[in-house]
Amino acid sequence: MNELVFFINNVVIAGSVSGSIYAIGAVGVTLIFSIMRFAHFAHGDMMTFGAFMVLLLTTAFPGAGAAFGVPSALILLPLAMALTALLAVGIDKAFYKPLRAHGVKPIVLVIGSLGVTLMLQGLIRLFAGTSGQSLYVDDRKEIFRLALPFEGARAPVVITEPQLYLFVITLVAVIGLHLFLNRSRLGKAMRAMSDNPDLAQASGINTNTIVAVTWVIAGGLAAIAGTLLSLDVTFKPDLSFFLLLPIFAAAIVGGVGHPYGAVAGGFVVGFAETLAVFNWSVMLRPFRDSLPEWLTQSGNLAFVGTEYKIVVPFFILVVILVWRPTGIFKGKVI
Amino acid sequence: MPLLDARDVHGGYGGMNILNGVDMTIEADEIGVIVGPNGAGKSTMLKAIFGLLHVSQGEILLRGEPIHNLPPNKLVQKGMGFVPQEHNVFPSLTVKENLEMGAFLKPDNVKRMLKQVYEFFPPLHDKRHQPAGELSGGQRQMVAMGRALMAEPSLLLLDEPTAGLSPLFMNEIFEQVKLVNSAGVGILMVEQNAKQALAIADRGFVLAAGQNRFTDTGAALLADPEVAKSFLGG
Repeated sequence: MNELVFFINNVVIAGSVSGSIYAIGAVGVTLIFSIMRFAHFAHGDMMTFGAFMVLLLTTAFPGAGAAFGVPSALILLPLAMALTALLAVGIDKAFYKPLRAHGVKPIVLVIGSLGVTLMLQGLIRLFAGTSGQSLYVDDRKEIFRLALPFEGARAPVVITEPQLYLFVITLVAVIGLHLFLNRSRLGKAMRAMSDNPDLAQASGINTNTIVAVTWVIAGGLAAIAGTLLSLDVTFKPDLSFFLLLPIFAAAIVGGVGHPYGAVAGGFVVGFAETLAVFNWSVMLRPFRDSLPEWLTQSGNLAFVGTEYKIVVPFFILVVILVWRPTGIFKGKVI
Repeated sequence: MPLLDARDVHGGYGGMNILNGVDMTIEADEIGVIVGPNGAGKSTMLKAIFGLLHVSQGEILLRGEPIHNLPPNKLVQKGMGFVPQEHNVFPSLTVKENLEMGAFLKPDNVKRMLKQVYEFFPPLHDKRHQPAGELSGGQRQMVAMGRALMAEPSLLLLDEPTAGLSPLFMNEIFEQVKLVNSAGVGILMVEQNAKQALAIADRGFVLAAGQNRFTDTGAALLADPEVAKSFLGG
């Protein structure tokens, strides 16, 4: 039984946590690609920026959440989302739009976004420092220990407050995005522009508006992902930057340009990572007597060490690009 | 006052001129047909009218108002609809969503116009929840025309609406063009199937090398032995 609890804690919960973060990040990346046709490498740092806004706001308004019984960071998240959306629109106006107006190749925009990455990271470092900081500025992180109602289950299932919020908010964000894209006039126009930008323009759709809406959504989602990630661990200026690879792997696995594919891809990559670093020797313990000795003797039976976790999305990326470059949902080839 | 009045239109891509002084006039409720050999500038002229190409000289008037070099979304607002020859539907959007996009600037129109478009093109009603990319070529053309009609244009520009269609569908499209026209929409279309197109045309324009070669009623052009010899294949 304790093995099951161990599995739930280390795979089911941990995988869902990374999966949710990757999914929200990948949705933003995929939306930006489907409208502007370039890989937005500054997405990780837009996530960090969102978390940084939350850090600033919680420092400025301590106790904001106490009145509602939730962490201040969460109450101030919508404001941080708005600020990050504003930043995203501003960055587009300042850097990407002039490039698009010149009709440059997508690779120029990609390199441009690398420049934005460096700039954003530098700015955040300048103000936030380089060390890790808790986003729980004025309150404490709740940790729930749920004892399983089984005999012999000594260890509890452990889930933290930000993880619970992460699952709920991911669900709400995905359903909200689905409704937006399929029911609203602007959402449909966004899909139309992704399908055929020239025809969208010939239909009278203002493509500049759609671009702005895309940045608002991508920025808002980035703020959610960055904040919930920083709540789960700690805020660091380069935290989300290191998620760029798994996020792009998720977007490509799902099929670039497919928001649902990005969600699926996020969870595929998240679970692949946690399963790869999971110590399987624990799961073999109950069957120790019937298994050969060489299998049970080793105390650590993970596919890769935790410190090499990043090779997993890299490996997935290589495999998918070789075998099925359009991803699960037949997206575009970057 | 004519619905569309283009005078001495020059234009092209980059430094190269494709149109070297084209004149074109259509009254409201008329069908105009542009024919001519490949590279004569037929599609280019439509694009120039719809603001997709820079007009360097001359003028284009829509009901007396100059419209050359206005962006396409402005022209849609002024009552112009354009159906490109290729890539003229949103493949992943359903038929209904495609049509809704046509009325993007006039959201109040959607209900009423949907009904009217389904009356023009009954097959679209049955397929309204299907992605447009899954339809046959003829049905796609209906979606494309329907999308343009959703904004209630007074002038509809069609770029080779029958290209790549079997003769059966071709006749159907010509019938539908006539039907749309009889509902009060002026039509200007480019056609490869010159004889059939001129047969339904009130005005015909034979272009060659970016200039008007012959301009007359459709019937007169069909009867002209010189036009027949050089442009209609005898």
